[in-house]
Amino acid sequence: MDLQIALLLGQDGVTNGAIYALLALALVLVFAVTRVIFIPQGEFVAFGALTLASLQAGKLPGTVWLLLAMGTAIGLIECTTAVRARRFHRLPLIILINCGAPLLLAASLLAVSPASLPLLVQVLLTLMLVVPLGPMLYRLAYQPVAEASVLALLIVSVAVHVTLTGIGLLFFGAEGSRTPAFTDANFAVGDVVLQGQTLLVIVASALLIVALYLFFERTLYGKALRATAMNRTGARLMGISGDLAGLLSFTLAGAIGAFSGVLISPITTVYYDSGFLIGLKGFVGAIIGGLASYPAAAAGAVLVGLLEAYSSYWASAFKEVIVFTLIIPVLLWRSLKTRHVEEA
Amino acid sequence: MKRSLHATVLLPIFVVLLLVAPALLPEFHVTLLNYIGLYAIVTLGLVMLTGVGGLTSFGQAAFAGLGAYTTAYLTTVHGVSPWLTLPAGLLVTAIVALSLGLVTLRLSGHFLPLGTIAWGISLYYLFGNLAALGGHTGITGVPPLHILDFELRSGRDFYYLIWAILLALILATRNLLDSREGRAIRALKGGSVMAEAMGVNTPRSKIVVFAVAALYAAVSGWLYAHLQRFVNPTPFSLTQGIEYLFMAVVGGVSHVWGAILGAGLITVLKQWLQDWLPRLLGQSGNFEMIVFGLLMIVVLHRARDGVWPMLQRFWPQEVRRTPTEGVPRLARRSLPEPGAVLLEVSDASKCFGGLVANDRVSFRVRAGEIMALIGPNGAGKSTMFNGISGVDPLTSGRVSFRGQRVESLPARRIARLGMSRTFQHVRLLPAMSVIENVAIGAHLRGRKSFIAAACRADRDEDARLLHEAAVQIERCGLRDQMYEAAGTLPLGRQRLVEIARALAADPCLLLLDEPAAGLRYGEKQALAELLRRLRAEGIGILLVEHDMEFVMGLADRVVVMEFGRKLAAGLPEEIQRNPAVVEAYLGGVE
Repeated sequence: MDLQIALLLGQDGVTNGAIYALLALALVLVFAVTRVIFIPQGEFVAFGALTLASLQAGKLPGTVWLLLAMGTAIGLIECTTAVRARRFHRLPLIILINCGAPLLLAASLLAVSPASLPLLVQVLLTLMLVVPLGPMLYRLAYQPVAEASVLALLIVSVAVHVTLTGIGLLFFGAEGSRTPAFTDANFAVGDVVLQGQTLLVIVASALLIVALYLFFERTLYGKALRATAMNRTGARLMGISGDLAGLLSFTLAGAIGAFSGVLISPITTVYYDSGFLIGLKGFVGAIIGGLASYPAAAAGAVLVGLLEAYSSYWASAFKEVIVFTLIIPVLLWRSLKTRHVEEA
Repeated sequence: MKRSLHATVLLPIFVVLLLVAPALLPEFHVTLLNYIGLYAIVTLGLVMLTGVGGLTSFGQAAFAGLGAYTTAYLTTVHGVSPWLTLPAGLLVTAIVALSLGLVTLRLSGHFLPLGTIAWGISLYYLFGNLAALGGHTGITGVPPLHILDFELRSGRDFYYLIWAILLALILATRNLLDSREGRAIRALKGGSVMAEAMGVNTPRSKIVVFAVAALYAAVSGWLYAHLQRFVNPTPFSLTQGIEYLFMAVVGGVSHVWGAILGAGLITVLKQWLQDWLPRLLGQSGNFEMIVFGLLMIVVLHRARDGVWPMLQRFWPQEVRRTPTEGVPRLARRSLPEPGAVLLEVSDASKCFGGLVANDRVSFRVRAGEIMALIGPNGAGKSTMFNGISGVDPLTSGRVSFRGQRVESLPARRIARLGMSRTFQHVRLLPAMSVIENVAIGAHLRGRKSFIAAACRADRDEDARLLHEAAVQIERCGLRDQMYEAAGTLPLGRQRLVEIARALAADPCLLLLDEPAAGLRYGEKQALAELLRRLRAEGIGILLVEHDMEFVMGLADRVVVMEFGRKLAAGLPEEIQRNPAVVEAYLGGVE
């Protein structure tokens, strides 16, 4: 391996690592606020990438139907609750938000030809289609069992993951997609060529991390989420609704996932089930941070990206074996470091 | 719990049906039953791990893969007899499961399943990429099994072997769960604090149950390899591992028979969906996973105990009584002389971050005396209990118990020396009967292993442990509730169950955290009487209590705490006259 290859692999590793870092942050956030280990995080990546690819191919992305179906299901549940409570005046708003908005989106997609739209609009449409799935998922799958044990919530997560993967196959088929590069620009730094695409991913990830930081530090909702993560009961006593915190953290997770999908779509061919492995690599990063520390999770995720890049050079068949076996020394290290005390 | 109707009627009917099934059913259905049996073996392990032990794993398919690949490799490459590759596969699996368990089980519960996901993926890719294991095409030409001279070639031949092994494992699992080690495993679900305070080595119990579940999976994998006569990575993927968990949850994750039910339901449903869904949707693919996923979510929302308890309602439940006639009592520990110092706490401090909950507190408890620790709420009394009993160790200071330094020992080691305790917030296993809860207290007084329990070589000892539990329950006035689920008792009575559990440990020092809270007047008097009798026997008692009438009428000496510090100490009548104490309780006059 000469320096050139080493740098090239490093570039690859950091690019993927940046995306794993985003996912790791989302996983830590969701776990801290809701105690949900969000296995389906990766599906948002795949759905984001494949929805963008569908739009660019001029097809109506299947996520529209998922959005409509989940919106209708939530609408039905909320309407039943409202009728039982005899609060009929709430019905129009419920129907408008849960069924009307997705219908409007579907209708506008049918009315224009998405392939001809500028890239930025396509990306925005993708986010509008995929991000709402986050809070909808929380409402349907997690909110009814929000007080269950971490273990039960984890099993729900796995069930959601399996369902979404199946739905992904149904909507996008078994073939993978790859979108054209956002930019062809290249920068030469000495002997090394930096691809514009790589820079874009790193800069976008960094911007998103800064935005998240500002959200948590400067906004009321961000602070409410931090409060919930620190002490659920205490936050609730201060008037922060657990459901709101859940919906908010899942919205952020959905947004981070979909955005990562958009970023990754020109770099690699994404299949309906690619998201799972991508998300799990975020998990390995998050576990390096003990599912608690944001900077450690991000650093861990970049490490995973680098390890993956270099192991694909040395032993490409064993790339996944190496990346996922890394978790065992990490867990051992964490296990020796922590002394776990239950609340007495 | 044994159900007599279940044991005498339903089980024999089930076994007879199993025996005649191959003679009546077409080949296809026998094959299906073979698969159900293989899956049920893995699921049984998961039931024990998840439903009983409160842990879980998505990597069971990978463990089955270890069993299958070990036998496939050794029989085809080295010509080893399949009957020798079974123990070899079990050994490989045990080594992997034990190391994975050791790595994760000290961490919080969710790191184990996350570890098994990663490990399931990594092993799948390892199977698929190792040239020695045939890569993604796998290993063909695995020899059939022979039993003496009889060769098991067809599915029908295999059927009896699979189901005999499954039923034997179910029996062994039920035996194990209904034993001292089994109760320790069941106690894991309630968190490790209580179990550790009763002397259970919880990391060991977790590793045992994890390893046993992995070994069941390896047995299933071994059978699979010789039934199929070839192996490839697909059936050992993470997807299959997840499906096993679905089987356990749908069938009934806390019930051994739920394993067969879940394996049966999911396998049949899968067959059916794989026929229909592609036709319905007009494309081919694993669309049954959508249905399974949704089904799981509904089950977890609406019926978290799965389908088995729904069926169970159709036959009467009979409670098993523990025979106490002629059962010899357990040996008692020799108590120190009355008046000897049992417990000496010196300069004990405990900080939670910046909060000093205990600040250099010192006191002694002697054998044969009742010493009360009182003080307003938040004075640090329960923190002191946790520090003394090793549940949440002190930041600094010394604790000697019977002349031995214990402040840095784990709770279970301190329990072994003869200290036993109750908890302010009751820590019982609500679904278990009172007698089983109390028997956990006697954990350290038995020594039979889980292997002895699985083959019922522990019955004498177990009868003695249960007899001891029954004696302590009667002592605490709970004879009529002995076989009721502990969670159905009123809170005051649950505290009495905690006392009975502590007594079952045969302690020489008893730590009681608010034992009289929630008791009625008559019950309080009975409790005071019991404590006086224990004192007369020479047991030392350290008591935290808010009911002053109860404390002052009972205690020999009193220590008062306020804001983490010792405020006063002395005889009850001195304490009642102490102006500082009066001010702490009633507020001063400005």
